[in-house]
Amino acid sequence: METIRRNILQPIKDLWSLIVGLKVTGKYFAMKQVTVHYPRQVIDDENLKTYAGHIELVGKPKDPCMPRCISCQMCATSCPSGCIKVTKQKAPKPTPEQQKAMEEAKAKGEKVKKPAAPKNPAGFMLDYSLCSLCGTCVEVCPVKSLRFSNDIYLVGTSRDDFKFDLLERLRSQAEPRCDAPASKKQ
Amino acid sequence: MSSETVFQARVEDPIGGDFYARRFQQGCEENTLVLNMGPQHPSTHGVLRVILEVDGEYILRAEPVLGYLHRMHEKMGEVKSWYQFIPNMGRVDYGHPLAWNWAYVGAVEKLAGIEVPERAEYIRVITCELNRLASHLLWWGAYLLDLGAFTPILYAFDDREAILDILQRPTGSRLTYSSFRIGGVQMDLDDKAVQMIKDFIPYFRKRLPMYKDLVTDNIILRKRVEGIGEMSPDVVNRFGCTGPVARGSGINYDVRRNEPYSIYDRFDFEIPTEDTCCAAGRYLVRMEEMAQTLRILEQAVEGLEQAKGERIMEKAPKPNWKAPAGEAWFAVESGRGKVGVHVVSDGSKTPYRVKLRSPSYSNLSSFGEVAEGVLIADAVAILGSLDLIIPEIDR
Repeated sequence: METIRRNILQPIKDLWSLIVGLKVTGKYFAMKQVTVHYPRQVIDDENLKTYAGHIELVGKPKDPCMPRCISCQMCATSCPSGCIKVTKQKAPKPTPEQQKAMEEAKAKGEKVKKPAAPKNPAGFMLDYSLCSLCGTCVEVCPVKSLRFSNDIYLVGTSRDDFKFDLLERLRSQAEPRCDAPASKKQ
Repeated sequence: MSSETVFQARVEDPIGGDFYARRFQQGCEENTLVLNMGPQHPSTHGVLRVILEVDGEYILRAEPVLGYLHRMHEKMGEVKSWYQFIPNMGRVDYGHPLAWNWAYVGAVEKLAGIEVPERAEYIRVITCELNRLASHLLWWGAYLLDLGAFTPILYAFDDREAILDILQRPTGSRLTYSSFRIGGVQMDLDDKAVQMIKDFIPYFRKRLPMYKDLVTDNIILRKRVEGIGEMSPDVVNRFGCTGPVARGSGINYDVRRNEPYSIYDRFDFEIPTEDTCCAAGRYLVRMEEMAQTLRILEQAVEGLEQAKGERIMEKAPKPNWKAPAGEAWFAVESGRGKVGVHVVSDGSKTPYRVKLRSPSYSNLSSFGEVAEGVLIADAVAILGSLDLIIPEIDR
């Protein structure tokens, strides 16, 4: 009995397992292709919306060219890879009138009011080639000035292609609504 | 070779001589061939070198040599703040990154005594279990590719893509997730994602029998894996193997059941074991685990809907947050086994020490003993059945 099982029944069973497997293959052979012939074909954008790509700045609702950012450096502090560089604006030089007022106040012994630096950043650089896409910068931003972009079709020939000037990017996104030209400093 | 002789060899020849010259060559028999498997062999899924001493087609000795993907994660933990170390965890195991995320944030939460909101716990369970499915599918495809079958990896990736589409919604990425945060999770699971999971569960349940027909019952695979890589429970215990490797040898150990963490004690699921101790056992355990994961997912989605509207984050620590002094250990079950993180804090902004316990390292250690006396082709079948992720080995 054992010999019959080993020499006849078992090979038939083994062969049957191959036929069952081939049946699956045959079924899928006749089905629609699941692969996409990129780049001749691309998948719909529905999937890209949920992708958290590199970060970008959010503009102010009234002035989309101006970022909400207050240059607090929280994003740069929390970044594990050190890929964000925020440059603060310098305080403007006091005009002769202001200078005079300051000197007068100083002579009287009052509090001297120096002109304050604007809060919006002078520069906001992202080195995307270092970014680890953890999203901590977006979370810690106190004014919600950062968000993820859905940009996945990124390609470049050198690392420098992935150093983004986010202020420039914000301006180009809001271009039609930008009235004033960008200042030289930025 | 005793440690003294190794030391002496180093003193005599402090710069010359690698692992091969110092340790391996001296023990070689006459008329045998020393063969390097890897660093680029497909069965090693990356960069691992195994030195084999072969007599014809038979392996006399095998010794894995580590050190090709060194990224010093543990040391990096000491220079980054508690918050900044989170994305590193996704890189340790790119197959099941959320388990590592969980182990680290779990350890820090334990250290600081932070309670996680219930909804966040459900989201963690759901995303982690989906990730386990994706991890097992990746293994399934890659293992069969190692054994010479090309079609299965296409089927596996088809299903894996569906999982990644779901996981992309609450995490924003598709491979190295880092979405768990100290005190909760980064993003909520929206209704669309929940619906996608609900649709996916019955779909995948139907796919499992197809996998069985296509591969598991296939006589070609059975001949390749049955009785190959015998790993007795004794070997498993000595090398500290965990996960499907241990369960394939009949050891019923699963962190989710034996040391319950989070809300796993609420779910009704089984821990599959096989006592064949061979590669086939490990294979079958993983296949059954996929079915059990679907059961957990079903229950977790139900629980998630009951916890609707709750917050997903405890008061989030600031980037320069200082953890209280002390130490904590937290372990979770990943697709490969027990993932543990031990953090020691001296009350400063950065951890004093982060120790990672990775399952692949222990699982691979047993390879030298298991591969003795097998054919080279079987060594590939054994290595693949251990489901190795290289950064875990060389962290």
